[in-house]
Parts: sequence; C-alpha cells; structure tokens
Amino acid sequence: MELRKAYVAKLLELMQKNKKIVILDADLAAAGGTKPIYQQFPKRAFDVGIAESNMTCMAVGMSAYGYIPFIHSFAPFCSRRNFDQIAVSISYSEQNVKIMAFDPGITATSNGGTHMTFEDVAMMRALPNIVVMDIVDWVQMREALPQIANHKGSVYVRMARKQTEQLFDENTYRFKLGKADKLSEGKDITIISTGCLTIDASRAVQRLKEQGINAELLCMATIKPLDEQAVLQSAKKTNAVLTVENHSVHGGLYSAVTELLSREYPCRCDAVAVYDRISQVGSLNDLKRDYHLTEQDIVDKAVALVNSKRK
Amino acid sequence: MSYTLTTAREIRQLTLRCIHSQGSGHVGGSLSIADLLAVLYDKFMKYDSTQPDMQGRDRLVLSKGHSGPALYATLALKGFFPVEWLDTLNRLGTRLPSHCNMVLTPGVDMTAGSLGQGLSCACGLAVASKLSRDKAHIYCILGDGELQEGQNWEAAMYAGAKGLNNLTVFVDANGMQIDGTTKEVVNVEDIGKKFRAFGFDIARVNGHDHEQLSDAIAKALKSKKRPVCIVMDTIKGKGVDFYEQMGIAVHSTSCNDEQYEQAMQLLK
Repeated sequence: MELRKAYVAKLLELMQKNKKIVILDADLAAAGGTKPIYQQFPKRAFDVGIAESNMTCMAVGMSAYGYIPFIHSFAPFCSRRNFDQIAVSISYSEQNVKIMAFDPGITATSNGGTHMTFEDVAMMRALPNIVVMDIVDWVQMREALPQIANHKGSVYVRMARKQTEQLFDENTYRFKLGKADKLSEGKDITIISTGCLTIDASRAVQRLKEQGINAELLCMATIKPLDEQAVLQSAKKTNAVLTVENHSVHGGLYSAVTELLSREYPCRCDAVAVYDRISQVGSLNDLKRDYHLTEQDIVDKAVALVNSKRK
Repeated sequence: MSYTLTTAREIRQLTLRCIHSQGSGHVGGSLSIADLLAVLYDKFMKYDSTQPDMQGRDRLVLSKGHSGPALYATLALKGFFPVEWLDTLNRLGTRLPSHCNMVLTPGVDMTAGSLGQGLSCACGLAVASKLSRDKAHIYCILGDGELQEGQNWEAAMYAGAKGLNNLTVFVDANGMQIDGTTKEVVNVEDIGKKFRAFGFDIARVNGHDHEQLSDAIAKALKSKKRPVCIVMDTIKGKGVDFYEQMGIAVHSTSCNDEQYEQAMQLLK
C-alpha cells in the first residue's frame, strides 16, 4: 500500500475520535493524498495556497488555541523554507504542530534537485522541543500515527508518499515512539537504519548471514530523541556500528549515533549516507546507486567494518 | 482627562521604567503604541488577568515583538503579573525578554520577534476561534517597516480571501525603521491601499487620538465579511519630547538615570 494512503486513512480515523485534530496544506493536498479529508472534514481542513510559511504560522495560532494541526508539504518546503518559522514559532514557543514532510532525500526522484532534502534531519535535530522521525513503510506509519498525534509537542515526520514496499508485518508490528525496533539479533555488527533504506538494510542482513556475519539490525524510526539504551546495548555487544540513512552524513542518524558513542562507548563506526553531494533527479534505484545507498553498499561497508575489527 | 489617557500615560511611565532597568532598549516603537494598548485594554479586549489562559478571551499578537516593554507595562498595569517584574527585563532567567515569548509571560498570546510571522499566527488564531465558536476577536499589531517582510502578504492574502472578519490588524505607521525612514529604505506606502487590495476594510487614524482609535475599533468589531486594517499614523518615541526628536536613533536607545528622570517629569 502507498504510504500516503495508509497515512490519510489512519488520520481520518483519528480525526473522527479527536475533534482537535486539524490539517493544513499548501497547495499539495492532491499530491499528498489529503483530499479525502477535505471532503469528510471540510471545516477542519485548510488549504492556504502556495504559502508554506503562512501555513506553518497559522498552525501555530491553531496550536495556541488547543488544536492539533498537521501540516503537509514536500520535505524541503516543510524544513528549509520554514526553518525560522519552526525555530521561533514552534520550537521556541513550545507549540504542538505535526510537520509531515513528504518525499525526503532520494524519494523525491524526478522532482529531485530542487525538491531533494539531505539536510532536513540535521536542521530539525538542532532545534529543542521537536521529535524527528523517518518512517519505513505504511505499517509503521499506521502504527506510529496515533502516538504522533498524542505526543504533547511538535513532531517532524519524513515519509515517502508513494512507497509501496512493505517491511513490517501488518498483523504483529507494534510501534513505540522513541524506541528502536530490533529486527534481527547479532553479535558481529550493529546496523542502525532509518526510513525507506531500512528495507535495503534488512536484505543486507540476510546477505551478511550467508557470508557468516551475524548483524543486529535496529530500525530507528525516531531519530530524536534517540533510543540511547538500544544503541549502547547493541554497540557493547558488537563493537562495530554501521548507520544507514537517506540523508547527508552530516547531522542525521550517523551524527546522532556517533555523538552518543563517542561520549559513552567509542567503537568502530561507518555510515551509508549521502557524502556531501548535491541533489539531482533520477529514478529511485539510479539515485540509490549513484549515492551509494544500495543493499550492496550496506553489505560492503558492514564487511569492511567487521574485518577492520578483526585486525 | 479620560481614563484611557491616564492609562496611556501610565503605560509610557512603566514602559520606560522597564527599559530603564536595563539602561537601554526599544524605546521608540514601544512609546508609539502606548495609546493603542491603552484603548484596547481599557475598552475592547475581553480578558481576565487572574486567568490569563481563559477560554474565549480576545487575543493580541504583538508581531512587532521588540515593543515588548509596552505590552509588559500594560499587562502589569492590568494585573497579569507584579509591576516589579518590569525591573527584570532581559536579565537571565527573566519572564520578560525584550521580544515577546508566550511561554514565559502571562497575558502574552503569541511569541514574536522574528518579524513577519505574527499576522500568520493571528490568522491561525482567527480560524481557530471561528472553529471553536467562542466569538473571540483577534488583534494583531504590525510595524510599518515590518511590512517589508513577505510573509505578511501571504497572511493578508489568506485573511482577505477567506473573510476573517474576527481579525483586526493595526499598522504602527511611525515611518521609521533601523536604517532610515521607511520612505528612504523601501517605501511601504500606500499601506491602506495595499491591504484593501488584499481584501481588507481599512481605516487610517491618528494613532495617538483615542477617540479616533476607539471609533475605528468599534467599527472593525462590527465587520461582517472582511478583516479590518487600521493604519495608525504615529510618532516614534511619542510622549517624551527628546525621544520624539531623536529621529531613527530612537528605535533602540538609552534610557539612563537622567533621561528616565526627565521623562518621568514630562509624563507627570
């Protein structure tokens, strides 16, 4: 199922139960899939036109009134176009706004270049009072959304709109905000992944197993606050940590994990991430290859890390 | 002297007390809105200072957040917090930072300071009030120089297009900004015509004439279909002659012991 379909279906369900939830769009309701909400809750859905800063600050006004606004746009317009609005009117003002950032990083594909964010997690992580998340699939979105809505404070959520590939079991998966999901047990290396590349990381873990390497895979949907206990527990067992993210190596998951490990448990670390490259257009698979974000890249870096540990 | 004039004088006295506690601050734009604050809080704003978060209260967004001291003086005068707090402006740990913070100060309805965001926040409050049917009125005070920030026009376009008739915007048109007069830097006039083009009803008043202010606000509250913009011609530093004559330097200037004493004599 497309992630946006699961998102909107769950949000409609939540809006039925909680009259305080409202939504705002900036002329991307059709792209984001939120149109059905305008039909079902016309008085609680606001399309402000192509004006993301106004959308963000209007949401602040509504939050100050006790409403729970969800705002939507492509990730670059949610983040870098809005950074001062988020810093002053949301973070500094301790408001309760849910920022739904569509198509982060390479998932912008053919919209890429101008619409591709490799820096948004870094920006949001630097602000107090904001939870930062990157969602893997529709099941995780469906399970996470009630907790995002109930969290008393703002949340920045990265999600690929159209992603259909599924990682989690829709019948058994249970999400907990701020907690890592341990997807496999292992003693040789810890792989910590977030967002859409977690599916590639999961395949890489199988390939590593065939090579005799037991990798422990943590899915870190909540990048801030980081589940420090899970990271430390696993790192102490494996002494090697590889992070995997659809984001710049500067300021994202790799930074969050190594900031912790350098302080608490220095060990060998590496990252599958975007290494100081500008954005571009392309298909998802071509972009994965070009930025070295493939399953093979994860395998190669994991093997190298394990080998360096043995030296 | 009508009671609003007394309040305005007291707001000016307390504003300077607040700024004097630091020795300097945003004197000019604080004094220029003292009359508006007196009229609003004496005659129009629905509030309860013992319950700053009262449901259904009217809200004020002081988008030109650097004029915080004038709002703090007003709120102290109206009993939101002890007058002694005014002496803590900008000290570490204060509840009164130079630019308004809704988290810290009872009675402050919206954070402001990064110019251009307040009108959007006010639109959000106006929409939320309509949604909750609490009949509150939302007031927003902008600076004229602040209108150079583009986000104002995103918000104005929305408010006009959606007919937010529970929103009244004041523009403190004192004609000055940090780098010069607004005419010299980037001319913002004709402010009224601009807001009218965005779908507002407009009025232009002498921002120090309480009768004109009262009449314009009373009319705005009766608006059925449109938001209202009241452009106030004001004098930066109003009420203290040596500040009035300072020109653009009065935006942020000193209020030392001598200046404070002299100002208090003038404001007796």
